[in-house]
Amino acid sequence: MKASAGGYARAESVRHALDLLAGSDGQGRVLAGGQSLVAAMNMRLSVGDLLVDISKISELSGIAVEGDTLRIGALTRHAQVGTDPQVQAHAPLLKDAVAHIAHAAIRNRGTIGGALAHADPAAEFPACTLALGATMHAEGPDGSRSIAVEDFFEEVFTTALNEDEILTGITLPIAEAGEMQILEEVARRSGDYALVGLCLAKRAAGHRVALFSVGPKPVLAMGAMAALDAGDLDAAVDALSAEIDPPSDTQASAAYRRHLGGVLLRRAVARLKGDAA
Amino acid sequence: MTEMFRDKVDVSLTVNGEPVEARVPAGQHMIDFLRLELGLTGAHASCEHGVCGACTIRVDDDAVRGCLMLAAQADGTEVWTIEGLTDTNAIRDLQEAFVVRNALQCGFCTPGMLVAAEELLSKGGTPSRAEIREHLSGNYCRCTGYEAIIDAVESVAQGRAGKGKA
Repeated sequence: MKASAGGYARAESVRHALDLLAGSDGQGRVLAGGQSLVAAMNMRLSVGDLLVDISKISELSGIAVEGDTLRIGALTRHAQVGTDPQVQAHAPLLKDAVAHIAHAAIRNRGTIGGALAHADPAAEFPACTLALGATMHAEGPDGSRSIAVEDFFEEVFTTALNEDEILTGITLPIAEAGEMQILEEVARRSGDYALVGLCLAKRAAGHRVALFSVGPKPVLAMGAMAALDAGDLDAAVDALSAEIDPPSDTQASAAYRRHLGGVLLRRAVARLKGDAA
Repeated sequence: MTEMFRDKVDVSLTVNGEPVEARVPAGQHMIDFLRLELGLTGAHASCEHGVCGACTIRVDDDAVRGCLMLAAQADGTEVWTIEGLTDTNAIRDLQEAFVVRNALQCGFCTPGMLVAAEELLSKGGTPSRAEIREHLSGNYCRCTGYEAIIDAVESVAQGRAGKGKA
């Protein structure tokens, strides 16, 4: 179908975008890469929005190492995340995730900030940021604030961002020497949303496991992490199975998703150890 | 609606090398602007939610979905469609390979398929069949079963690599 927009404004700066949002009487909607929003508008899931197009704000794009953190601007496109050498060196999980996100033409336009603010529970980047312990940076009328990733994702398509705020970027701890980051997912076709996906990071302090497409938001599997730290993979799979409550839908049953969670954890751990799963 | 938002948006861009200035509705897709306003009907509007790839065009050197980009967002961009790529002979070898290998039947997907394939080929090297298949995974073809398309793209990659060495 054709998109329905109530109006459009091109933001010249973050300040300008915030003013536009503030002046939108609650109808404002931030447009970045548009690869989810325009699709939703086309399907009339979102009608009459006043679009605040932030896609030309160049200061929101780019990747930089700042001390021991990696900063990624909200408007950095998936394709750029997937090919950037700093991401490859310091957050390889994100690079691996890009290969699973939709198709090349969509990765050319879609942005990491858009994907995170959209908070699709089946999307890769939200779970990656959860596994890596990212910090989200938002700008609002009263200034900027940081939001820990554990507090950011709230529900399906819902984050801790206020309506008058814009996600400007994220920071991640850069990978330690010897850190391993692994992404596993099952999808029926290349580019489809995952039936279930799993991110695993192994650091000196312990394991981090985050899953996606198993509920209304990405899940940090604390029980599985503790069992992996104790070196008990079977216990980790059991714990994982108990701490996710996946939905049944036309793509997969809850039981199948729960089973896949354990399969993916075993595959990821096998890769940690250098075995082909 | 507040005055800060417009239901018509002025854009200035180039399409197939020609400057274009227009006033477009806020919600108009890029693909509809090209097809309905400029008469460039090569790329097709089909699924209109980013799945089928028939609307794939080139914007600032990237293959993008014409149905997931608003015309209002095209201000300042350089856009190429299959018409311009044909007129400039930019992808003539690829188009000829599609004919030789029977990589199209009805032709509906072909303009999008060519833009997507050319993006991969333009990166150089000789992609494997698996890489070609993966790169074209976002472009549906309901006629060929894809093998012929992979054949065509692979033969062009090999041909261009050979020429580079000569």
